[in-house]
This record gives sequence, structure tokens and C-alpha cells, in this order.
Amino acid sequence: MVNKVKNTAGKLYLVLILLVLYMPIALLVVSSFNASERNKAIWGGFTISAYKKLIHDETVMDALYTTLILAGGAAFIATVLGTLVCIGMINMKKHSKSFILGVTQIPLLNSDIVTGIALMLLFTRFAELSFATMLVAHVTFIIPYVVLSVQPKVVQMNLSTYEAALDLGASQLYAMWKVMLPEIMPGILSGFLLAFTMSLDDFSVTYFTKAPGIHTMSTMVNAEYRKGIQTEIYALSTIIFVIILFVLFIINRRTEKAARLEAESGVET
Amino acid sequence: MKHILLKKLAAVVLCLAMLSNLVSCGKGTKEKEKNQIIVFNYGDYIERDVLEQFEAETGIKVIYEEFLTPEAMYTKYKNGTVKYDLICCSEYMLDKMIKDGEAREIDTSTMEHAKNIGDRFWQIARNFDTENKYIVPYFWGTVGILYNTSMVDFVPDSWNVLWDSRFKNNIIMQNSVRDSFIPPLVLDGQSINTTDEKVLRKALGRLQEQKELVQSYLVDEVRDDMANEQAALAVIYSGEASLAHEYNEDLEYVVPDEGSNLWMDSWIIPKNGSNYDGAVKFLDFLCREDIAQQNFEYVYYSTPNEAVLNNIDEEEKEEDSAIFPEEDVLGRCEIFTYLGTEAEELYNRLWKELKVY
Amino acid sequence: MGKLNSRLLAGPYIIWMALFTVIPLCLVVYNAFTNTGGTFTLENVASIFDPVNSKPLWLSFKMSLVVTAVCFLLSFPLAMVLWKYSKNKNSLIVMVFILPMWMNFMLRTLAWRLILLNNGFLNHALVLAGLNPVYLMNTKAAIILGTAYDYFPFMLLPIYNALVKIDKDIINAAKDLGATGFVILKRIILPLSLPGIVSGITMVFVPSISEFVIADMLGGGKVYLIGNVIEQAFNSGYADIHLGSGLSLSLMGIIVISMLVYRFFDKGEEGSGIW
Repeated sequence: MVNKVKNTAGKLYLVLILLVLYMPIALLVVSSFNASERNKAIWGGFTISAYKKLIHDETVMDALYTTLILAGGAAFIATVLGTLVCIGMINMKKHSKSFILGVTQIPLLNSDIVTGIALMLLFTRFAELSFATMLVAHVTFIIPYVVLSVQPKVVQMNLSTYEAALDLGASQLYAMWKVMLPEIMPGILSGFLLAFTMSLDDFSVTYFTKAPGIHTMSTMVNAEYRKGIQTEIYALSTIIFVIILFVLFIINRRTEKAARLEAESGVET
Repeated sequence: MKHILLKKLAAVVLCLAMLSNLVSCGKGTKEKEKNQIIVFNYGDYIERDVLEQFEAETGIKVIYEEFLTPEAMYTKYKNGTVKYDLICCSEYMLDKMIKDGEAREIDTSTMEHAKNIGDRFWQIARNFDTENKYIVPYFWGTVGILYNTSMVDFVPDSWNVLWDSRFKNNIIMQNSVRDSFIPPLVLDGQSINTTDEKVLRKALGRLQEQKELVQSYLVDEVRDDMANEQAALAVIYSGEASLAHEYNEDLEYVVPDEGSNLWMDSWIIPKNGSNYDGAVKFLDFLCREDIAQQNFEYVYYSTPNEAVLNNIDEEEKEEDSAIFPEEDVLGRCEIFTYLGTEAEELYNRLWKELKVY
Repeated sequence: MGKLNSRLLAGPYIIWMALFTVIPLCLVVYNAFTNTGGTFTLENVASIFDPVNSKPLWLSFKMSLVVTAVCFLLSFPLAMVLWKYSKNKNSLIVMVFILPMWMNFMLRTLAWRLILLNNGFLNHALVLAGLNPVYLMNTKAAIILGTAYDYFPFMLLPIYNALVKIDKDIINAAKDLGATGFVILKRIILPLSLPGIVSGITMVFVPSISEFVIADMLGGGKVYLIGNVIEQAFNSGYADIHLGSGLSLSLMGIIVISMLVYRFFDKGEEGSGIW
């Protein structure tokens, strides 16, 4: 009886939090279909004009494109560098290892604003702001997330299979590619995903290191909302939301599949 | 097994393609650099189609960047990370740039359409560009009060209304240093260009006292929040006021009797720009009648372009007193001038004291 | 055999971090301790004690503590509930709670603006329900709400991940031995999930203390936080990168000190893994 009450309370709490979490997003989506020009809190009829406008709005579409390329590129570079350093740390002495991990903590403990400012100071001295500098900035602040995701997997990894491969005559690179990499792959994937997410979501670092004429979603929204009702932005929210749901769906299917495969292979051994 | 390998290969190819895309992107911009101009302007302050038209006509690519306040613009400019070719800003900031030797002379005689700018505007410009050498006027206007007639049942023709406790949480102030000091200074009968610390401190006292009545300090958002009836009163630029009126007919604009600020946003060519010829071409293009007309219709601020003004019938001019103010309004308005570094620091200090109050 | 030294693989990372983390940080330090003339000064760093800077810092500190507390109090029970219902680490139900994080940060904040505006969604709903409208927009409460909403997943995830690692057999054993729910929570679950809690608190506290754009969007320029001060130092015309660097350095100092103090009380527990 007590348990039952507890369970319902738990479920209720879960639903409540879900409601609060999704309500703002739902309101953005609803607003995108609201024909009311000014106050989106008043329903003015259904329209899809925001979506028509969105397709032709270069500022918004460019920002979306830039954000995706930037996040994808930065997450890719960060994942490669981060994975390499984790593998490199295997044979390192404790000192060097903790030194590297210490440096990795810097961008995490530095708030975004300080990271952004520090990079801005660097770029203003030695380079001209461009897409490349934005990319560098993004890689820099997302790299720790990759290292922190991959590092535990590398530590857990059983080195004997890798050494066995070497003993059997596999070249070092081949053994790394074939034996080590698959084993730490889950860590790499979650690191990539995390890095991608952080890059997508960033405002502060981009704000300080942004090149002229280039906007990411965050800086674009920050610049546009001030100028007045931008129904395109609400339409964009809907589209992003749909994309997210789609990605989520795929990830879910894949993890289910992986879990099933794991279970099957578990039966075999 | 095989298809896993294939998948990996595909992933690698995809990543390589992405990288090469990035590299080529970088190369592309470098090559184009010679034939582009970087333009720095206030938010939402140009008809975007005009940019495209310019690109199509001249083949010069326009990289367009926006800023929120003159102060933000100046920092970005001073940073030197971006070599702007053209900047549009408020007169006091341009005054500063001219005085600091940051501006490049603009030879208006080479501009076919510069004569479209009316003489009286060149005259106003002489307040900060004494020989009409460095700037080309873009838009101008006044600072006043925008009020919602459904919430304010009288004409608030005095700045005092901003201290009226009946409008608590219903007042929007400008979130920029110099503008926010206009009402208290004018009310005290002082020049809005004062550098007297005592006078400024008194004004600050008034602003601090006002803070609890203020709903928010905003810049570009004022127009929209007023149109949405978030507040009853706002300090606003005349051009924005007229746009707000278009969105919401209850909104009216008034320049208080005590006086106010007359402003003129103008173009300047900074000396570290890399495409002077392109910049001049762009300026000339903006002065051209058809372009100025298009731009005026979009921005809908008071234009100094006589060719455009002549096309507007008297009736429209009378109807929109925000955009076409009467002479006596201009008579009681003062233009901002640059006050020097010391005063700037003082203003900045006072501003912070207001913000943390 | 020319055996490749695997340690070399760390090279690119080390170079990258040296170039883009260590050197920029040195630049901040350099700028913080010099003035425009390039001579040494302590003025910029000391300016944190100037009331116009210390007041916003103190306010930021208090507000981020509240945000962190709100996030923790909301997410710990939630993590417990989720733990109960989910089987594996990446189960869908967990993803559902992370999903809002993928919605752009600015869009989420913009949504709150729509809700909280004086005649926004919230007040329309209240009036419809026959209640008095509330004016939350442009207050500290609005900023706390927006910030807590934005950083909530950063608290939930690490705590959940720590909980998942707890062996359920331990809890069953405790139950068999007659431990009450409260004792289990206090003696087993809390201590074992501590690394996650530590990460969560770090992940929420650090970004929220330096927040400036949420304060901008939901505070209407009326609430002035240390992030705003620093941003203004770099972005206002009277900008002073030296002052800005000095303040950034002080902020960094405050964060590091808070973390040290906080981890001191947690000593004995390793709180390294963020996720």
C-alpha cells in the first residue's frame, strides 16, 4: 500500500517535471502557428506563414547551417584529439597523466565567459576573426567533454587483447584500429555527442569570438529577438524540435538493438 | 564484418569531405577579400534587398554586421579583429572617432548622388564634423516619449511623467548611457553635454530614485514591447516610435516641452578599412534616389535625402510628426557631442552605479 | 622494430591545449596585471572590491547558489524515480529529460520571455483562471527560473549516472537487514551518488555564476550580474580590457575557491568524473 502511494507520487513527480520542461518548448511551437502578429499569448488563428517566411529567410537559414557545420566540425576535431590523447595516456607516468587531466579541467572550471574572453584576447592579438577562429574556439571548450567520456573507457579497457594482437604480429596501428578502438567506441560516441551538444548550445564563447557576418543560432536569436516579433524563429524552434525527436528515435532504436545484440552474445559465451 | 568496415570507410569519407569543405570555405573568403566591404551598422537599420542590389550592380560583396549600442560598436572596432570599411553610428561616437583621427576623409565630390543630402543636414553635421569632410548623414531624429493612449489619458509632454509613481512598473528606459541621462539633465535645465560631475551626480540621483518605477532598460526591444502593450511609457527614438505606431495605433510620440536630443546617424570610413573605393561606392549607392527611397520605406526614420523628401506629399508629413517633426521641436533639441575620455569614464562609472543600485 | 611510441598520440592535444587554453589564460593574467601603458598594476584585480563590481559579484554568487540548490532539490528525487524505472544507462526515458537541452539555449530563454512578459502566457493563464497577474519579468526570480531551467539537465545527468552505477543488491541486502528507507538513502544512496552530485553541482554552479545573457533577456537590464559587468567591460565604448581581464581573473579565483571549499567538505570522495 505504502509502496503504491510512493510509486504514484514518483510518477506524478516525473510527469510534473516533464510538463515544466516541455511547456516552454511547446509554447514556442504553438507560437509558430499563431497568426497573431504581436502578442503571441493571444491566439489569432492558425497560420503556416512563419514557415514560408523561414525558408526565404537567409539570416536564419545561414545561422542554422553555420551552427550545424560548426558543431559537427568542432565535435569531430575534438573527438579525434581527445581520443588520441586518451590512448596516449595509457603508457604515461602518473605525473604526466594528472598534468594532462589537470589542463583538461581548465575549460570546465573556467566559466564560458572567461574562456570566450581569453580566446578573444588571443585572436585579437594574432589573427583575424573568421569561421576558423570560431571553430578553434569551439573545439577548445568542448574537448574536455570528449576526454572525460573516453578516459574512463580507456582505463577500464583490457589491454591484454591488444597485446595479444601485437604478439600475433599485428602492427601497432592495426591493433589499435581493430582491437582498441571498438572497445572504447561507446565512450567516443558519447563524447562526440556531448561535444556536439555543448557546441550547439553555446552562446558565450561564440559571442566573444564571432566573425563579422557569421551567426550561429544562439547569436542570431540573441540579435533578432530584440528587433521585434520574428515568427521565423518560432518556426525554426519547431523544426529543430522535430529533428531532435527524429534523432532521439534513431538513437533509441540503435541502443535497443545494441542491447539485444549484447544480450545475445552474452548467451553465447 | 564487411559492412562494418564499409560503414567506417563511409564515416571517414564524410568527415574528410566536411574538412575539405571547411578548408575551401576559408580559401574562398580570402580570395574574395579584395572585392568586398565590411559594413557595421545598428540592428535592423537597412533594407536587406538594398545590399543584394548593390552586390548585383557592382560585384562587390557586402559583409554586413550589426551592433546594439555605439559603445559596443566602438569596442569591436577598437579591437581591430575586423577591419570595417564602413560604420554607421551616432554623432557623438563619430565625433570621438574624428577627434581621435580614426576617420578617413570622404571625397563627396566623387559621389554622384551626395547632393541629394539636403544642405540643412550638412549644416547639422557640422556640429561634429566641422568641415563636412568625414561623414555622410544617414538618418536622423529626436528622442522623446512613446505612450499608450489607452493607459495614459493625457499627453505626457514633460519628462516628469517618467517619475510619476502611477506608472510604476510601466516605464521603459533606454539601456544606453548617454540616452538615459537625457531626461534628468533636461529636467534640471542642464545641457545634455555637461561634464560637470555635480550636475551629473544629481541626475544620477534622479535616475536611481526612478529605478523602482522602471519596468526595464532596453534598446531595440522597446518598440516591440510597447507595441505589445507591455508598458505605458517609453523613452524612444522618433523613428522607432513611428514604427511602433504602425504596429499599434494607440501609441503616440511626443517630444517633451523641456527639450530633448536631436540625433543624426551617419556613415564614416574608418582609416584601417581595406576597401576605400568600395565603401565610397556603397555610400553613393545609398544616396541614390531609388535606393534611398527603398531604404527609407523600410527603416522609416527621418531621412536627410531631399530627393526622397520631395516625393512625400504634405499630408503624410503632417500625419507623422515623429518622422517629420515641426521646426519648433528641433529648436528645443540639442545635439550630443563627444565629451572626452575623462567625462566618458565618469559617465561609465555613473552608469554602473545606476545599474547596481 | 621501429615501435611507435603511443605517448606521441597525446601530442596534438597537448599542443592544442597549450595554444588555445594555456596561452589565452596567460593573456588574461597579463592584461589583468597591466594597465593600458603596459606597466604592472594591481588596480584591475583589486577593483573587484569596488562596490560597483563587488555588489554584482555577491548577487551572482547568491543567485547561482539558489539556482544550484533548486536544480539539486528538483533533480535528485527525479533521478531516483528514473533510476527505478530505467534498466540501462541510455534508456529512452532519460533521453526525454535531456532532450530540452538540445533545443538551443537562446530559444529556451526566449520561450521564458514569452511566458513571463507582463502580458505573456503566464499572466493570460492566471487571468483566465480568475487570479491576479504576477509581474515576474525583469526580476531576480525570473533570472533564477530561466537559469535553473537551462541548467537542470546538467544536474540531473551526473546524478542519474552515479545512481545507475549503484549495485541494487547492496540496497536489497540493507533492506533484508531491516534498514528503513531513510537509512538506506542516507547511508547508501547519498554517499554512493556523491561523485555525481559533486559533478552536477559544479556543472550548474560554474556556468550560472558567470551568466550574463539570461540576465539580459529576462532581467530587462534591471539586474546587473558580474557576468554583465565583465561583458560590459569588453563591450562598452569605455571598454577596458585590462579591467575586464582583472575582473575575469577575480571571478575565476572565486570559482576555484568555492570549488576548493566545497570539495574540502567532500574529501575522501573522488569527484572527478563529470558524466
